[in-house]
Amino acid sequence: MTDKTQQIELLRFTTAGSVDDGKSTLIGRMLYDSKSIFEDQMEAVERASENRGDEEVDLALLTDGLRAEREQKITIDVAYRYFATPKRKFIIADTPGHIQYTRNMVTGASTAELAIILIDARKGVLTQSKRHGFLATLLRIPHLVVAINKMDLVDYAQDVYEQIVQDYTEFAHLLNVQDVTFIPVSALRGDNVVEKSEKMPWYDGPTLLHHLENVNVGASLNNVDFRYPVQYVLRPNQNFRGYAGQIASGRIAKGEEVVILPSGLSSKVESVVTSDGELDAANVGDSIVLTLEDEIDISRGDMIVRTNNLPQKSNRVDATLCWMSEEPMKPRGQYWVQHTTRLVSGFISELNYKIDVDTMHREDAESLKLNEIGRIQLTTTQPLYYDRYQINRATGSFILIDPATNNTVAAGMIRGKSRNVDQLREGEVDTSPSRPKSSNVVWEQEGISLAQREERNGHKAAVLWFTGLSGSGKSTIAKKLEQRLFADGVHTTYLDGDNLRHGLNGDLGFSSADRQENIRRASELAKLSFAHGNVTLACFISPFTADRRFARGLVPDGRFLEIYVKCDLDVVKRRDTKGFYAKAIAGEIADFTGISSPYEEPENAELVVETDIQSVDEIVEQILAALYERGILPNK
Amino acid sequence: MLYNHLKILESEAIYVMREVAAQFERPYLLFSGGKDSIILAHLARKAFHPAPIPFTFLHVDTGHNFPETLEFRDALMEKIGARLVVRYVQDSIDQGRVVEETGPYASRNGLQTVTLLDALAEFKVDAAIGGARRDEEKARAKERFFSHRDEFGQWDPKNQRPELWNLYNGRKKPNENFRVFPISNWTELDVWQYLQLEQIELPSLYFSHERDIINRDGVLLATSDVVYPVGNEQVERRIIRFRTIGDMTCTGAVESAAGTIDDIVAEVASARVTERGARADDKRSEAAMEDRKKAGYF
Repeated sequence: MTDKTQQIELLRFTTAGSVDDGKSTLIGRMLYDSKSIFEDQMEAVERASENRGDEEVDLALLTDGLRAEREQKITIDVAYRYFATPKRKFIIADTPGHIQYTRNMVTGASTAELAIILIDARKGVLTQSKRHGFLATLLRIPHLVVAINKMDLVDYAQDVYEQIVQDYTEFAHLLNVQDVTFIPVSALRGDNVVEKSEKMPWYDGPTLLHHLENVNVGASLNNVDFRYPVQYVLRPNQNFRGYAGQIASGRIAKGEEVVILPSGLSSKVESVVTSDGELDAANVGDSIVLTLEDEIDISRGDMIVRTNNLPQKSNRVDATLCWMSEEPMKPRGQYWVQHTTRLVSGFISELNYKIDVDTMHREDAESLKLNEIGRIQLTTTQPLYYDRYQINRATGSFILIDPATNNTVAAGMIRGKSRNVDQLREGEVDTSPSRPKSSNVVWEQEGISLAQREERNGHKAAVLWFTGLSGSGKSTIAKKLEQRLFADGVHTTYLDGDNLRHGLNGDLGFSSADRQENIRRASELAKLSFAHGNVTLACFISPFTADRRFARGLVPDGRFLEIYVKCDLDVVKRRDTKGFYAKAIAGEIADFTGISSPYEEPENAELVVETDIQSVDEIVEQILAALYERGILPNK
Repeated sequence: MLYNHLKILESEAIYVMREVAAQFERPYLLFSGGKDSIILAHLARKAFHPAPIPFTFLHVDTGHNFPETLEFRDALMEKIGARLVVRYVQDSIDQGRVVEETGPYASRNGLQTVTLLDALAEFKVDAAIGGARRDEEKARAKERFFSHRDEFGQWDPKNQRPELWNLYNGRKKPNENFRVFPISNWTELDVWQYLQLEQIELPSLYFSHERDIINRDGVLLATSDVVYPVGNEQVERRIIRFRTIGDMTCTGAVESAAGTIDDIVAEVASARVTERGARADDKRSEAAMEDRKKAGYF
């Protein structure tokens, strides 16, 4: 290969505009003026124009592919076009721009690094121009070009151009766009498309093609975080075990330490294999084969990453979803989730709102229909290893597949771990679950001792830890008990799993690691409350003995009362106050205690109460008696 | 090098081939002996090195192939150690599955669709990898990498799955199958530049040579048992080469002195007619390709 071709870069861009904005004409013009049109193609277009009785050759016909479109003169699907200049090869995802084709725009935008948005100079900034900008931003296209077309029809007037620039700039401020370039053009006449226009001496910026040839490519790639989804395992003989894949982001070198997800096992890169020989290192976008120093069982869907740069892990993610099927979204229905090379089962556990793509307003919705975009919480049966779409398109994107039809029904962009609804409505909080280790933190000694507080309060502090299955009656009992204590002037704090998960623990899912962290935080909170002299009522399913032992270890002996709220599983299933058991049994909720995840019964609980036998009042009396007996409450 | 366009296209094609190997049970690679399928064979070797290619190669032989193509095919299969099966349009004719066109302009190009679909059914192929490119023809501009075909092998342009990012959905019902096009994003110039870069061997037909031809409505056809002068057509000896290699009855030559890949790259870079422009089959009607695709043509 000559040096000249070595330098050819590749730019993928998308074009959006409505039927009459002249999008096809603009593309036709680029192809024609850059001499990418062959004579036989031109002849065919001339023939077709003539057949229709057009006076001029319609360059739009160069790109309108399917017969149906040609008949209706509209483009109905994403079409890919190619042209090249000595500097760059271009792949155009040509997408139709009417309201019903959000699906196509999202498809075209998913692989693009630049978007051309066409505005008709006579019409100015219309709703759809904003929609195109919004979708381009949603899909994280790093460069936007606003081509203000049909300048010939407004006499190449500078003030028309300036007004549109001003209007669109105002709008773009709302979008968080990184780079917007405005270019006044006439696709029909060829002004500022390839050749600089003599009609607009007031414009001193680049022509469209010049901009396309010089804009920075690769801006949508993540060069930092090494992510290697394993595509296929190569095992030609006993001596070779290689993992084939394409580097989704970052780079890797021979000898580097890696960890394999989900197993968590570590190893080192033994070699980076290609058919052209081994490499010392490889970069984002390269299709390679990795071999590791240790023999580890790795299969398709696993992800190899660097030990000190891990992705997020969760089986509940917060995502923006674009619905692409005629068949509307089934709330809580099962879908296949294809994420990197991994295919897992999942369901949409919540639809928070849908977004009106024209106004960007949020609206309540029960479901999403074709071309609608919404904010959802996705629950998967196995955890996803992901990064936020914002920082990594490759590991932040997924599609949903309908198991009944096998159709691709939605495109999703991950925003982070699931959060609760109320916060979502408040505003766009950055959900990056970074949890910096607090170094150099010295424990603040309270000025007031626990003894002083207890003396003032007139009772001792304690932690009452209620454990038991979901629906066994923990909070019902605790709330009733708290009312009694409150009435007697006892200082109390009430903590429960649901409340904590809405706020403090909103970033946690239900994997065993997340459950453990949930209880760890709850225990620490109970300890703080205890230290301030309160009788602390803590209600957590807390199914694992080890976690409860941890909570117990944080408070002095005799002040921690483990209360096992016992209830027969059949009874709680029948009660099913929150509707969770039905879903868990149907397989819609994974890792549900008592159904698909174990509950380890306490063996040394201070109190056992049985809600399927005793009444709430009886139980409250039983607990109060225990508190008096232990001297936590003063004898009357 | 990272942004070199050929390297990106190569990596993309390898990724697609590996997805096929991972997602399907009986993937076949459709091999015609033309340069695009030669590139597919090359890419398949690269994608799975050092393991063998996990695809069986399938050639639908119209019986009107250039002998050079078949010799080259057999030598290449031997060299890369691939398993090849051949199915013949002649067999479909003998079995009465298709009726052969008659007359001097007869072509078997349309008939091979039936032979192909029969072969896919015979081997229960769930994914057939082909070398079609989107730049070849307008109807192909909207084709997917993973193109879903119903149980009759038909392509419905209105009911194709959206393809987002590089997430290819190969899920299907029994009896349905996919056509997969790893070099969708390549242009003719990319193909030639890649052949040049990788120094890939090609059948001699692609290079300039002297041959007897007849000029039929602007298409230069090589004379053979199945192509002979009609009416006042004259046989002429010309210096030509082929830009595509297909059925002898419809593959047109171009006059060219390009004898090496370097010459061809230079020629293609300045070409003024598309490579399919030399094919008689596309000239039949404006929407010719779209009609053939719907019927299951490759």
